[in-house]
Amino acid sequence: MTIYLPIAELPVNIFTLLALGIAVGFISGMFGVGGGFLMTPLLIFLGVPPAVAVASVSTHMAASSFSGTLTYLRRGLVDVHLALVLLAGGLTGTLGGVLTFMVLRRYGQLDLVIAITYIALLGTIGTLMVVESLRALLREWRGEQAAVARPGAHPLFLRLPFKMRFRQSHIYVSAIPVVAIGFSIGFLGALMGIGGGFLLVPALIYLLRVPTLTSVATALMLTLVTMAAAIVMHAVLNQTVDAVLGLVLMVGGTIGAQFGSRAGQSMKAENLRLLLGLLVLAVGIRVAVDQATKPADLYAVTIDESAR
Amino acid sequence: MRRAAALLLTLLALSGAARAESLILSLSKQRITITSSFTGDSIVLFGVIEPDTAAADTVKPHDVVVTVRGPNESFVTWRKERRFGLWINVDSRSFLAAPSYLAVLSNRPPVQIADADTLRQEQAGFANNRLLQRIGSDYADVVAADPFRQAFLRVKQAQGLYVENTAGVDFIAPHVFRAVIPVPGTAPVGTYEVVVKSFVDGALAHRGVLSLDVAKVDFEQAVATAAEYHPWLYGIATMLGALAVGFIANLVFRKD
Repeated sequence: MTIYLPIAELPVNIFTLLALGIAVGFISGMFGVGGGFLMTPLLIFLGVPPAVAVASVSTHMAASSFSGTLTYLRRGLVDVHLALVLLAGGLTGTLGGVLTFMVLRRYGQLDLVIAITYIALLGTIGTLMVVESLRALLREWRGEQAAVARPGAHPLFLRLPFKMRFRQSHIYVSAIPVVAIGFSIGFLGALMGIGGGFLLVPALIYLLRVPTLTSVATALMLTLVTMAAAIVMHAVLNQTVDAVLGLVLMVGGTIGAQFGSRAGQSMKAENLRLLLGLLVLAVGIRVAVDQATKPADLYAVTIDESAR
Repeated sequence: MRRAAALLLTLLALSGAARAESLILSLSKQRITITSSFTGDSIVLFGVIEPDTAAADTVKPHDVVVTVRGPNESFVTWRKERRFGLWINVDSRSFLAAPSYLAVLSNRPPVQIADADTLRQEQAGFANNRLLQRIGSDYADVVAADPFRQAFLRVKQAQGLYVENTAGVDFIAPHVFRAVIPVPGTAPVGTYEVVVKSFVDGALAHRGVLSLDVAKVDFEQAVATAAEYHPWLYGIATMLGALAVGFIANLVFRKD
């Protein structure tokens, strides 16, 4: 059964879209990531124009992250205080990212910059996560105790001024690194067209030492706010939000996210981190392979947006 | 099909009237409506070459080339090359005001219909359609063998938006023909121009133009209109809709 997408202007099989939504929703609920870094390339593969794909995925991410956030809020796992401080940096970063995006597009090669950023970022973070979680699993297998974080053992950047206490996360750190992390996520998110959850979760876990589940829950809430803002921004600036495409994706996505967040909670934190690390690494390798292999057709045709 | 047959009869009846040789054309429908179940459509073009009554028995065999052009749009064709181990876009050409849809149908390969100069002048045949490229500060079409031009046509054909069929025009009687114009699901909306040219002994004999509309209707139109004319309202409504779906899903799946 096919359905015609009014903004993307093409017919797509509705079951393919639903399945895509459920699969990506499951992953996003499980790891607290938006799933944009998986969903956007898949939609482009189905023939949806990239601008419409990026904008419409944000509706799906808003719906599934809202549904997930509610579940975590009810279980008291979201650190709202931490989310608000992160958001202050995040929204500024988004603006910076959008401006950089425009400058890069003027000089061409935006696609290349995005691909290289993907490879570098996903490769590094994926490798770090896999190595760290394997080490943790190995330690446990040997029956050793994990190193307990002592108050004096904080790295220097967490001991900067403007210290704040985030009760839910059990941390007492300077606000400067928190805002800086929010800024970086917002900047990279806008530049790469992703929600940034898969960057935020490891940043919270490894840099701020926030417990894994709280990190996942807080990242989900941040994704919710940025995606809700992104929907309106895309609709007003680019008119590329396809509500029909978004609706089908979000129906699948919210169902998937429910099962995903349950699966995530029933798993051990180390396993969850290992899986997310492997997933991030796999996407990074995929982008690298795509860039390095000879394309079937050396030529590609795009619509000239500047002439519109 | 019954409507098409009735149309054909009307055309044949019309052709009985006394007048000089002329070309009469009709489309099975003038408007393609895009609804939520739209996956593509086809339009049947009927044409009658009405013979000159004074020399009715001496109608020479005609050749027909049908060209359908969708609304113009500007495109960029990129060429990739290997640099530092990565395949990146190194070169590009802008195609200005190229048809977003192009179908060229004829009763036999255009090279057999007329000489190259005539075909180029009449833009008859798939390779003879003018495609303006931006070259420096100038705009011009380039030779047919230009790799960017060939790549552009190849990519568009692969997308199903450019169609070439050298046996796409059927003569069902000596001077009555029929052509099926395929319109894919991804066809851009707008007004399409259908140009029919008939050739006798390698020279242009008749030229006829019709137009065809591809438009969104009902729900599809409402969504597209809202997105275009009320972007704030549309954006906020979509956002609230997304939150509502998330909320409902959360309630439905709530276990505790």
